[in-house]
Amino acid sequence: MRHTIAEKILSEHSGRRASAGDIVIANVDFCFGQDGTSGIIIDSFRKLGIDHVFSKDKFCMVIDHSAPSPNMGVSAIHDKMRRFSREYGVRIFDIGCGVCHQLVPETGFVTAGDLVLGADSHTCTYGALGCLATGAGSTDIAVALASGKNWFKVPETIKMTINGKLPRGVYSKDVILNIIGDVGAEGANYKAVEFYGEAIDAMSVDARFTMANMAVEMGAKFGIMEADKKTIAWLKKHSPREPKKYEADGDARYIEIREYEMSGLSPQVARPHTVDNVCGVEEVEGTRIDEVYIGTCTNGRMEDLEIAAKILKGNRVAKGMKLVITPASRDIYLQALKAGMIDVFLDAGAIVNNPGCGPCVGTHQGVLADGENAFSTANRNFKGRMGNPNGNIYLGSPATAAATAIAGKIADPREYGRKLA
Amino acid sequence: MANFAHRLKVENDINTDYVISGRYKFNIQDPQELAKHIFEDLEPDFAKKIKPGDFLVAGDNFGCGSSREQAPVALKASGLRAVLARSYARIFYRNAFNVGFCLIECDTKFIDDMDELELDLSANMVRNVTKCVNINIKPLPYIMRRFLEAGGVIEYFKQKKGFEEFSA
Repeated sequence: MRHTIAEKILSEHSGRRASAGDIVIANVDFCFGQDGTSGIIIDSFRKLGIDHVFSKDKFCMVIDHSAPSPNMGVSAIHDKMRRFSREYGVRIFDIGCGVCHQLVPETGFVTAGDLVLGADSHTCTYGALGCLATGAGSTDIAVALASGKNWFKVPETIKMTINGKLPRGVYSKDVILNIIGDVGAEGANYKAVEFYGEAIDAMSVDARFTMANMAVEMGAKFGIMEADKKTIAWLKKHSPREPKKYEADGDARYIEIREYEMSGLSPQVARPHTVDNVCGVEEVEGTRIDEVYIGTCTNGRMEDLEIAAKILKGNRVAKGMKLVITPASRDIYLQALKAGMIDVFLDAGAIVNNPGCGPCVGTHQGVLADGENAFSTANRNFKGRMGNPNGNIYLGSPATAAATAIAGKIADPREYGRKLA
Repeated sequence: MANFAHRLKVENDINTDYVISGRYKFNIQDPQELAKHIFEDLEPDFAKKIKPGDFLVAGDNFGCGSSREQAPVALKASGLRAVLARSYARIFYRNAFNVGFCLIECDTKFIDDMDELELDLSANMVRNVTKCVNINIKPLPYIMRRFLEAGGVIEYFKQKKGFEEFSA
């Protein structure tokens, strides 16, 4: 058949043989919105004039982008979401639950083999679980909510094999930044990306989420990793649903095949103001940083907090440094608390705020002043992203972020070698 | 009435955070109000230049980044007739036609800021009146044409009750 994973899953969900370029109508296994996008989902759904959702179990809304609300405009949106949730009997995750891209997999809504549509561009995150997950606009989600389906153009696929063993102090965030720097913000436009290789195999599921999360930053429609033993074990812990493994055919047709060797990779940094403006940390070391942010759907998980805690333990942030740390979910927050990590963060001089998107999207909890430089573990550094067009955002891994917070300027986390072992 | 091209100082990878910043998108629900703030972080007062029927002209990967539907909604509410660009990011492309806003794919190197333009969809052409140059545009895909004709995907879906028409 010569099919890629995307072709197989879209074939299965549309009941016909689907190849790249075909338009299919496919069943959606799960869809959702967050507090930036649910307002329009609700409006569009009501305009469709259908009086019930296709399935109450296959939809949710999450309040994460501005949680708790910083102003009346946002509160009105949150209120609208709560009312809709009550009216239609659908699930809402209110303030403090966490970021949608942690909650959706953590709560067990999605599994390997699924087709997922989210009203948030980083929905591609769950591709790490071996499913097809992608972002779409609010009205597209309203259509899926009303009908359980949507139309899809089957994408071409790029196969990326990531070889090598990551050196100490170098992580999946560095890998994906390096790749995006290589292919560019448009490099995978409209395509599915399948990730393979020993470096991927060695990664935890948390680390794989980081990579799949950023697939959209190179324009990709889907960022997929085959479900392996680690994936299945993770899914068993979180989801009651039966995972469905898909493998690309041995002779699957790829539009492009790329291979990377990552054994010599250094920590990577995306410089202002685009995600593909990537360089090694050596090139920006010493840049003054005023605010460090560790968290988000990219790097707010247990493994990320663990790495940050290893570096921060016994250290204090530099004078004048603002360090904001946001666990990606209440569950993760509690785990971190029990493991003594919150103590480490507070002792180091950080603030630890409630689970949510935090300062990432510039609506609250850490907006930059004019001329301030931020170092963030988020996935975007566009001008104005953190609420001020006159601020500058550097992106990197939690390790680089933690090292930077201590130094007061961009620092190489590999200097904490023994701590990171 | 003549209509004109507007270019930003940035050519490629114009993202949806630039189209409408998070601090407005999350706060304002009225399209007319949103329209006042388009591209504010790139060029304050850009919105004031737009007259109804004008065009926004850009290079590659227009609309990349966040899936915010407020981006094409704000562009449509600003009075723009269409965006002309070499390529688009996929979520933005879909969103635009979903809300009944037209995106044109064409080579834009022969269009400068404030050139007078005429869009002729039936002839698959944009006429640069100022430069006396005709530019071929990529014909709108069938699905996109159908959504545009209906006024958006909601109107289409209400009429047709599904997308069966599109799957071969």
